[in-house]
Amino acid sequence: MRIIDPIRISYKNLLAAKFRSFLTILGIIIGVGSVVIIISIGQGAQALILDQVSGIGSNLIGILPGASDEKGPPAAAMGIKVTTLKYGDLEALRGGKKVPEIEDAAGYVMGSQTAQYKGESLTVSFTGTTASYINVENTEIAEGRFLNKTEETDMSKVAVVGENIVRDFFLNEDPIGRVFKLKDQNFTVIGVFKSKGAAGFGTASADDSVFIPLATAQNLILGINHIAFIRAKAKSAELIPYAIANAKTTLRERHGIDDPTDDDFSVRDQAQALEMVKNITDVLRYFLLAIGAISLAVGGVGIMNTMLIVVNQRIREVGLRKAVGAKTADILAQFLIESAAISFFGGAVGIVLGVILSYAVYLIMQALQYSWVFIISWQSIVVAAMVSIGIGILFGMYPARKASRISPMEALRYE
Amino acid sequence: MSNALIQVQNLCKIYDNEGVKTTALSNADFRIKKGEFVSIMGPSGSGKSTLMQILGMLDRPTEGKYFFEGKDTFKFDDDTLAEIRNKKIGFVFQSFNLLPRTSVYENVELPLLYDQKPDKNNEKKVMDALVAVGMEHREKYLSNQLSGGEKQRVAIARALVNNPDVVFADEPTGNLDSKSGLQVMKILQKLNGDGHTIVLVTHETYTAEHAQRILYMKDGQIIADDPVKNRRVADGEEQLLK
Repeated sequence: MRIIDPIRISYKNLLAAKFRSFLTILGIIIGVGSVVIIISIGQGAQALILDQVSGIGSNLIGILPGASDEKGPPAAAMGIKVTTLKYGDLEALRGGKKVPEIEDAAGYVMGSQTAQYKGESLTVSFTGTTASYINVENTEIAEGRFLNKTEETDMSKVAVVGENIVRDFFLNEDPIGRVFKLKDQNFTVIGVFKSKGAAGFGTASADDSVFIPLATAQNLILGINHIAFIRAKAKSAELIPYAIANAKTTLRERHGIDDPTDDDFSVRDQAQALEMVKNITDVLRYFLLAIGAISLAVGGVGIMNTMLIVVNQRIREVGLRKAVGAKTADILAQFLIESAAISFFGGAVGIVLGVILSYAVYLIMQALQYSWVFIISWQSIVVAAMVSIGIGILFGMYPARKASRISPMEALRYE
Repeated sequence: MSNALIQVQNLCKIYDNEGVKTTALSNADFRIKKGEFVSIMGPSGSGKSTLMQILGMLDRPTEGKYFFEGKDTFKFDDDTLAEIRNKKIGFVFQSFNLLPRTSVYENVELPLLYDQKPDKNNEKKVMDALVAVGMEHREKYLSNQLSGGEKQRVAIARALVNNPDVVFADEPTGNLDSKSGLQVMKILQKLNGDGHTIVLVTHETYTAEHAQRILYMKDGQIIADDPVKNRRVADGEEQLLK
């Protein structure tokens, strides 16, 4: 038998029962389509997150309160409040004496509060930070100025705001010099950030946030005296390991720690943070892929179900084919090709649909002003195509074997 | 045995249906020579179809020997049996067994698709077979657009396309009106005249008498094996129908 013959027969049989074929194919379309979309969106989201994290610079070192496993997330990220970092620690790190490799460092506290302006209220994220923020985070001011060193500690009630705050809270009025209330304290706007679009790891995007002096936030808003974390900028990427080592020694001295296993802080560089985010997003991608795989398996069961019905309906045909000389392998091939054709066709449509929908997601994310990238890797297409044919063959095997083993005599008698 | 196409010895078939054993055929002994036209005749349930299915290698006997062209078929595996059915045997069934929604041409071509050594003359073979049954003008019709008689003629063309040694016809006129039935008998007699061995299964004496010899069956046994004294010739019988 020529290879083209069973393909021709399968094509004809699929066309003969169009609606049933369509429903069977639909299961595979959904399965393959969702795998393609999941891979594309997963990669897009990962790229977005990594881009945002890396957007804050690769020379950065994070100093977090509490000990933690270097590869795992820090305690603070798990929602545990640790109060071991103080303003003095920040001063020690950024002085340039104890840790000469550090160019500058900024301290942070964060929260959200209701802000009021002209009788309107809005819940805003606020960050209490030091004047060094602007240098450490590579941020620029579009209008006005940033906090200065004096304001860090003198309880000044001044604020620098992001452009989304200007749009949503000040309704696009020029905010410089305007006074608004944050937890019943009057704050004067002194500057507006240039839009950056990216959030630092652990901080809100400057676009959406209100920045106030560190001590003001600690004392007047939050009622605390510790720092949530410190971010230090090394003089160069090569100096990061030395900066980390010296920062650890300095903090151990200040906290009276002799044994490194007793550390009540952890120091990480951006590469570690990136690695950690990648690990987390990878887990998410695999999880989504598993869901896609389940939908493919459901599609496969659909094929098996349909093929079993088809075999039952065509028992006499199988009998006739055997009577005129078809061998067991010919019948097996015919039904296997038919189920593989269903899933291949479904796979092809699923891939096209998946690509189109992934592009639609890209357009939507662009419209929402996320720096989303449209990623369709050829590997995911090849894998989706191979998997869909594989599923057809795998789930078509049982019905095809059943058909091929029918005795010609019994099949011809079948009513 | 030299010119015997088919020889059976003590052939038995017992069906085992969930422990209930039914003897469909017992102790059949006969020969069919190459070029013979033999009818197997008997009432419903007499075992004639079972015998034909074993002779056509669609089924295996429970006991006994079946020699085809002098070779013991017991030794053949399923694939060899399929190959013999493809090359040396043609089947005509009472219910035609044409593939639905498939053209006349493709139905006749079917056995050629399973030929292990396909040649490029398939089209000529199909057309020759259609010409032999007078159906060449319906080549492109779908099987469900044909009348019963036409369907059976297409089925005969399918049986002929591989130029088999023997054609087994199981009640080929059973679903046809007299005129169509006569046409089918005419074709079968013509094929026999061209040298094909024909084994016809029927319950009608009239149809059986178109053969040279009749094997009478009852309750799974061959009770008589007689030559036909006044053999009917289908070619001249149209007058009787008028």
